[in-house]
Amino acid sequence: MIVVNTETIPGYTIREVKGLVQGNTIRAKHFGRDIAAGLKNLVGGELSGYTELLTEARREAVERMLTQAEQLGANAIVNIRFTTSAVTQGAAELYAYGTAVIVDQEPSGVS
Amino acid sequence: MFPELTMLLFVIVPLALGFGVGRLRERRHFASLDRREREFADITVTNLKTGAAPERVRSAALVSGEVVIATDYFKTLAAALRKLIGGEMRSYETLMNRARREALLRMLSEARDIGASEVWNVRLESSNVLSATSNNQAASVEVFAFGTAIVR
Repeated sequence: MIVVNTETIPGYTIREVKGLVQGNTIRAKHFGRDIAAGLKNLVGGELSGYTELLTEARREAVERMLTQAEQLGANAIVNIRFTTSAVTQGAAELYAYGTAVIVDQEPSGVS
Repeated sequence: MFPELTMLLFVIVPLALGFGVGRLRERRHFASLDRREREFADITVTNLKTGAAPERVRSAALVSGEVVIATDYFKTLAAALRKLIGGEMRSYETLMNRARREALLRMLSEARDIGASEVWNVRLESSNVLSATSNNQAASVEVFAFGTAIVR
């Protein structure tokens, strides 16, 4: 599966548009991470526990989007976008969406 | 019981920690950002949807980088004071700068891992879900950078 955030894939032509695919996940913060983050708020710096949590959640959202695309029989997803929203106290929603397509490699694609 | 002691513990110590350690950590982070940006200078980054010579691309893949970063206690207080009189909030500007540059660098390191020489259609998104939903008021920001890595 080729996954890009451009509208086209260089070296490929889009044969068929299968439609919008999406994936989301809502994650709650971990209490232990909150304590560590509270300490970090004193001296500043990266909240690596939260970075990890968001990265993991985003990967999950992308995974779900990929599953949908596979079910549609697509071999690529183009024009991917990500959004994040605050649903309720202490929880974050990660959402990924894109267009599932079937692409063919152009004969002149590789020089 | 000891009001002076309580004051010392909950205001002066965090302020001193924030001012001293926070500033040191920030300076170190900026130094590290400068160094790594030079390392990745050979990768062309653009927010154009299509870069130069799209017909000579071997493969393309999504790359991304993410960071959550918090400001220190001293700067949070300085910003709170700034809000009273208005104007430019320098302390938060450096926070945003650090977060954006860090996220971009992580994206670039993913691009390098797959042997890319360019990254197209780069987008930067920032949110503050964690500070909007948490009880503590200290400022933090999440920045997510993503783009299409191009292998020639």
